[in-house]
Amino acid sequence: MSDATLRPATGLHLPGLSALGPLLALILLVVLGAFLNDNFLSAGNVTNVLARSAFIGMIAVGMTFVITSGGLDLSVGSMAAFIAGVMILAMNALLPGMGVGVPLVLAGMAIALAVGLLAGLGNGLLVTKARIEPFIVTLGTMGIFRSLVTWLADGGTISLDFGVRQFYRPVYYSGLFGVAWPILVFAAVAIAGQIAMRHTRFGRYCEAIGSNDKVALYSAVNVDRIRLLTYVLLGLLVGLATIMYVPRLGSASGSTGMLWELEAIAAVIIGGTALKGGYGRVWGTVVGVLILSLIDNILNLADLVSPYLNGAIQGVIIVLAVVLQRGKSAA
Amino acid sequence: MSVVAPVLELAGVRKSFGPIEILHGIDFALHAGEVHALIGENGAGKSTIMKILGGFIAPSAGEVRLDGRPAPYHSGAEAEAAGVVVIHQEFNLAPDLTVAENIYLGREIGRVFLDHRAMRAGTQALLDELDSPIRPEARIRDLPVSDRQMVEIAKALSRKARVLIMDEPSAVLTSREVEVLFRQIERLRAQGVALLYTSHRLEEVTRLADRVTVLRDGAVVRRALRGELTEDGMATAMVGRDLEDIYPRKRHHPGEAVLEVRNFCVPPLVADVSFALRRGEVLGISGLVGSGRTELAEGLVGLRPATGEIRRNGVPVAIGSVREAAARGMAYLTEDRKERGLLLDKNLRENLTLSTLARFGAPFLSAAREEAALGKAIADFDIRAPRRDMKVGNLSGGNQQKLLLAKTLLGDPEIVIIDEPTRGIDVGTKSQIYAFIDALAAEGKSVIVISSDMPEILGLSDRVLVMRHGRLAGELAGERISETAVVRLVMGTAEDAAGNAHHV
Repeated sequence: MSDATLRPATGLHLPGLSALGPLLALILLVVLGAFLNDNFLSAGNVTNVLARSAFIGMIAVGMTFVITSGGLDLSVGSMAAFIAGVMILAMNALLPGMGVGVPLVLAGMAIALAVGLLAGLGNGLLVTKARIEPFIVTLGTMGIFRSLVTWLADGGTISLDFGVRQFYRPVYYSGLFGVAWPILVFAAVAIAGQIAMRHTRFGRYCEAIGSNDKVALYSAVNVDRIRLLTYVLLGLLVGLATIMYVPRLGSASGSTGMLWELEAIAAVIIGGTALKGGYGRVWGTVVGVLILSLIDNILNLADLVSPYLNGAIQGVIIVLAVVLQRGKSAA
Repeated sequence: MSVVAPVLELAGVRKSFGPIEILHGIDFALHAGEVHALIGENGAGKSTIMKILGGFIAPSAGEVRLDGRPAPYHSGAEAEAAGVVVIHQEFNLAPDLTVAENIYLGREIGRVFLDHRAMRAGTQALLDELDSPIRPEARIRDLPVSDRQMVEIAKALSRKARVLIMDEPSAVLTSREVEVLFRQIERLRAQGVALLYTSHRLEEVTRLADRVTVLRDGAVVRRALRGELTEDGMATAMVGRDLEDIYPRKRHHPGEAVLEVRNFCVPPLVADVSFALRRGEVLGISGLVGSGRTELAEGLVGLRPATGEIRRNGVPVAIGSVREAAARGMAYLTEDRKERGLLLDKNLRENLTLSTLARFGAPFLSAAREEAALGKAIADFDIRAPRRDMKVGNLSGGNQQKLLLAKTLLGDPEIVIIDEPTRGIDVGTKSQIYAFIDALAAEGKSVIVISSDMPEILGLSDRVLVMRHGRLAGELAGERISETAVVRLVMGTAEDAAGNAHHV
């Protein structure tokens, strides 16, 4: 991602060390990985790491806007599972009428995006209209989505029809110019997100609202609408991530998307977005996602540390990132 | 004067904040068994004196004496232990605790386990003394403001105060509650407690005070014993200062009405306000803090739900948000610069353009155009910032205010409502801001200035509206604008105010 070109043209100051910290950590991890395992930089491994990062990455980009405007969404993991379940059931149901083909896949994608949009709209309306804390709202909807998908699957697994699965597979496994589709879509989302955050009114308003929503209100910003939009955008991106995810396994169950919300939030925080809102850094989020994926990948490739300690190392990184953030705000 | 030695005394006390001295050598004494009223306009220095007496801040020079010796306390808590108790306007109560828990906060009864029953009984006894129906187990959060005031008073009584300092205790009480409060004050006085009482209601001062001290601009201008000073005399003593020539010369020739407001109500406070604003005029709105001035302004620009009729250039309009107000050419500059006006963590450019961002490019913002607007604002409003990309929170108050003014005017509104244009800024910047306001009116814009600063209202306004208890108390224009006339309307004293003002 060439983010340097996307920084404000006014750039009177260079990003400080604390802003570059995550980037340095990422470079360090790449060097470490290359040193530990010869296969680390192979096209296969790089594609593998990036494609796996793509789902969390798209969600984390949306999460960056929610957190920047002072919100939070804990429901994204279960929302992804729910969208996957509904999408698969719908495609199976449409199959006899439409047959295997592009229209069926497009219909499934449309349904996934629509469900994502509605789920985000629900979260957003509860936060803005019912004035309930985002933490509480999305804690509630997290349980609701998780329970609904388990119920739809009757406690088991919802599987996409075998023929459709074969047709749909290339959306995950194939690509353009040798780059897998999920990576391309993730890159597009990240670039669009970075531009939206830095160069559009929407991004500026998100930062203003997160910085002080009273000031934003007094400054003629439609605070509720912007907040609502951040949740809707996140819902859409969860739908998009699900579209890329379903062809990978072709099924959904009660454990699909487990803990994705925490990985997404962790990536946002590692990337330098303030958890209390007011400042968002989309390229930082991308770096955060890659750091989390690389730790997992390196532990699996190298015998240095047990892969079972993955969570512990990620935890340390998250806490470190927040400590560094605090140092920055104190300065 | 009394021959009895004072209990608590200020001798030659001065106080400076930074380079600005706000108390200039105050001598002031509280005597046992007396109510001493301290009166003065907003900003005269009453609160600072109370904070020094209560140990919350230390004087820059001079001495606080308790029983003739230097006061042995250096904090509010130590002062309380020495028997000097302050009842603040902003209450010091924990909202999630019960009344009894608050009253015994910090000195709970019981050893390992709390003796809830004893504390409830003690609280009940205190509340009974106050004729208050408040239940000891009620949560503060659930109580109305007047009940909270009663709890504060009960808490002070339970501290066995020798000196009780009350900062406008009656401001939030109903007249029945004020009667109860007065009985308690009289009872405490009979018990030999030294009381300091402040109020903007001069009739209360006349009724309660054994001594009155009048402050103006950080100095004592009048001392009197009971019966020596009429309410009118108090008002005259509080004001009576020459207007400094930092105000522009009046030269406005107001045109047609650009804004007409009829039967305007902003629940729960503002009721039935009607007025008109003309092109090229500066309309001052005076009144005490809490009289509904800010609520009125926020209702007009859609920040608060309001009812009534608003006409712009004769056409009825509905304004439900700041955006709609902006679309009607109306802008509001808040009194709360740091919490509602500016994003202190953001730089000058992001603050300047926030309310008019749509003008800076769609879908992509043009940083160059924003920078150009900032350059112009810095030049036009003489904003002095060491660096353009610095956080606005690091600017001085005066420069923040100029930036906020630039931000408010960036949308080129025809009607500007400015709430407390110069609160907390130095006199040099004040005079610049007055010149900006004057220039706006000269260009044919219409300006409403809301201010607690009396000279500011008098120096800027072509016409003055006075608000009291959420209603218009009167309107003054031309020759009739005088400090005494405004103060009479503000305070609600005086039958002869009717002679100076025609009621709206």
